[in-house]
Order: sequence, then structure tokens, then C-alpha cells
Amino acid sequence: MDFELMINSFPKLLSATIITLKLLSASLFFGLFIGLLFAILRMNKNLIINKFAYGYSYVFRGTPLLVQIFIIYFGLGQIEYLRSTILWIILKEPYWCAIIAFALNTGAYTSEILRSAFQTIKPGYIEAGKSLGISNKIIFYKIQIPIAIRQSLPAYGNEIILMLKGTSLASTVTLMDLTGVAKYIISTTFKPIEVFIVAGSIYLFLTFLVHTTIKYLERKFSF
Amino acid sequence: MELLAFGKTGWGDELFYATLMTLAVSVTAMIIGFCFALIFTPLKLSKNKFLSLIGNFYTTVIRGVPELLVIYLFFFGGSGAIMYVASIFGYNEYIEINAFITGSFAIGIISGAYSTEVFRGAIQSIDRGQFEASKVLGVKKHIQFYKIILPQMLRLAIPNLSNVWQITLKDTSLISVTGLVEIMRQSYIAAGSTRDPLFFYSFAAVLYLLLTYISMKLINRLEVKYSRGY
Repeated sequence: MDFELMINSFPKLLSATIITLKLLSASLFFGLFIGLLFAILRMNKNLIINKFAYGYSYVFRGTPLLVQIFIIYFGLGQIEYLRSTILWIILKEPYWCAIIAFALNTGAYTSEILRSAFQTIKPGYIEAGKSLGISNKIIFYKIQIPIAIRQSLPAYGNEIILMLKGTSLASTVTLMDLTGVAKYIISTTFKPIEVFIVAGSIYLFLTFLVHTTIKYLERKFSF
Repeated sequence: MELLAFGKTGWGDELFYATLMTLAVSVTAMIIGFCFALIFTPLKLSKNKFLSLIGNFYTTVIRGVPELLVIYLFFFGGSGAIMYVASIFGYNEYIEINAFITGSFAIGIISGAYSTEVFRGAIQSIDRGQFEASKVLGVKKHIQFYKIILPQMLRLAIPNLSNVWQITLKDTSLISVTGLVEIMRQSYIAAGSTRDPLFFYSFAAVLYLLLTYISMKLINRLEVKYSRGY
């Protein structure tokens, strides 16, 4: 055990954690909107819209996240037309490519979580709202959404942890996140176990934080 | 389409073998994972505080740390650990372990943590009465496990195990970083030499989708088989 290396690498890994957290929060933020949008599309009665939303979540849940990042980072740059548009400013940055891939991926999972949450709402709640003469829009915002948020909290907590682990793939497109820096230190010092313990502890601490926060929110919103 | 031709002109046969490699790694990893689950599920359910702590430590650490980090640990640390053990027995030459073994072991340990959780959940959801009734009838311990607990457990576990299989299958894409030529690595090579990454990575995505689709169909059949009588 090389304790000196562990102590020396800790500040480097900690500063890399900031990038991991930035990636995580950005992708969760965009992913939540994508998820909500596709959950609503999934509940649409129009068969084409419904199938489209189902196809989206099937494809993104059925393929590895690594493939999705590579398609967006290496693949999209190949389209000549795209290089001439304004989108290229975003797509040439590995940072934004990673966020786009993560957001689309977590969006697919989130849409499934939200859809099942919406579907488990007792029809009685909606009927009660209707019979009280509340408009459909207000029923959706004031009754369905709060209940769905509560229902989906445990599953969404898992998704946040999965996404936290998913951000490690950003290191494959040259980003120096926690895993990227850990790999760099391992390959220069050839002390994998020490670095694994330090980096792994940081990840475990983050997982623990997410877990506790979700547990707290679950208790707060339970009824 | 000529990019996918078999033989020397295209990448069809290479990608076909790479798909087989992905399948081979997934199956090996799944089996290694089962072995880990068989060890750690009893530990986790044990009434002994120390043993259950070991079981919980395994599942918590592996499920809380990114897969890629675990793979790097094995990739960079694997041969060092083996060499250390070998040096105890007086063998001091350099040992290199092949990427297939390192990869399937790393993925296997990850898959094992998920399988452990699935088995634990399945055993815990079997009615206490089943254990008690078989005990009262004087059924021997190992027969109780194989004939009464296991069949009921499998019925409950199969849907969740199919999720574990999907996770394992997708995780194998990560061992491409160690240089093992599976779907991802082969697409990387093909994309590099033809300068057509969009096509090859999209094709890789299609291959993964096919694998998950076919395995889901097969697992569904298994599910029907094990839920006979319910």
C-alpha cells in the first residue's frame, strides 16, 4: 500500500469530481425534460406518436451508453451539412457531446419511470378532480404531477446513481472526469489498487449522498 | 453495403465474429456472476453480523462504483495480482493474462453484485410457511433447497435476472478499452480504417439491439415455463 500516493492523488481526483458533478447535473437537468416529454407522448392515444416514443426509449435502453456517445461524438462530425450549421459549435466539444448522449440516455429511462408513475395514479383521483369541476390542465399540474413525482422518487434515485456511474464514460471521449483522472494516475504510476480505493470512495460517497437525499425526499413527500 | 461484405473487401465477417465474442464474454461473465451470487447471497442473508457485512460490502461497493473503474482496476492490476501470488510459489516470470479472462472476470464481478441482489430479493419473498412446512414434513435440508425453495425462487428471479443479463450484455461494450475485439472494438477499428464512424457505430447499435431483442424473446419463453401453475 502506497499511502503517500493515495494522499497525493486525492486533491487531483477531487478537482476532477467537479467535472463529474457538472456532467451529471447537466444531463439530469436536460434528461428530466426529455423524459417528461416522452412520457407524455407515450400516453398519447395516437398510435404513431405512441410508437415513436416507445421506439425512442427502446433504442436508448437497448444499446450501451458507450455506443451512443461514440455515435454522437465521432459519428455526427462526419455529416458535412452539420459542420456548416450553428450546431457544430456545440457538437465539436466533447463536453457537450457527452452531455447530449447522457441526457438522451437518461431521458429514455426517465420517460419509462414517469410513465409508470402516471399510470399507477388511481383513476379515482382524476375523476374526483373532474367531478369538482377542475379543468384538465389544473388536474394535470396540481394532481397528477405531484403524485407522479412521489411515486417515481425511488426509481428516479436509482436512475441518478446509474447516471453518476454513466458519467465515467466521458473519459472515453477525452474528458478528464473522475474516472479519466483515475485512469491517468493508474497508467502513470501503475498502482491501480491505491487509486481505485480513493476514486471508488469518492464515487461511493456521492452515491451515499444521492441515496440519503432521495430517502429524505421520500419521507417528506409521503402521504 | 459493400462495407459489410464478407471476406477481405468488407467488415461483415469481422463484425460477425466480434458479435460472437460479445456473446461469449456476456455468457462467461453471467456464469462467473452466478458463482459470486452463490457465495454472497448466503453471506448477505446470514444472521452472523460479520458475514452479512461482507456480503453487503460487496454489493454496495460494486453497485456504487462505475463499471469502467472496476475494469481499469482489473486491466492494470490483474496481472500484478496474479504475479504476486505466483511469486509466493517461487515463480518470478512476467505473466500476462489474456483480455478475455480479465474482461469476463471484471464484468462477472459486476454482474454478480446485481445477481446477488436479485437472489436475495427472491428468497426473501418466499413465504416463511414453505420453509416451516417442509421442515415439519421432515424434508432434508438440501432437498428442501433444490425441490421446494429453488423452483419458487427461480420463478420470482427470472424477470429480474433478465434485467441483469441486459446490463451485463451492455457492460461488455466497456471492455473494448482493454483491446478485446468485441463489437465495440471491431467497430472502432473499422471506423478508423474506413473513416466512416457514423455507419459503423450505428451498425454496432443495431447489433446490440438485435442481441437484446432476441434474448428478451428467449427469456420470455423461460418465464412462461417457470410460471406454470400460477
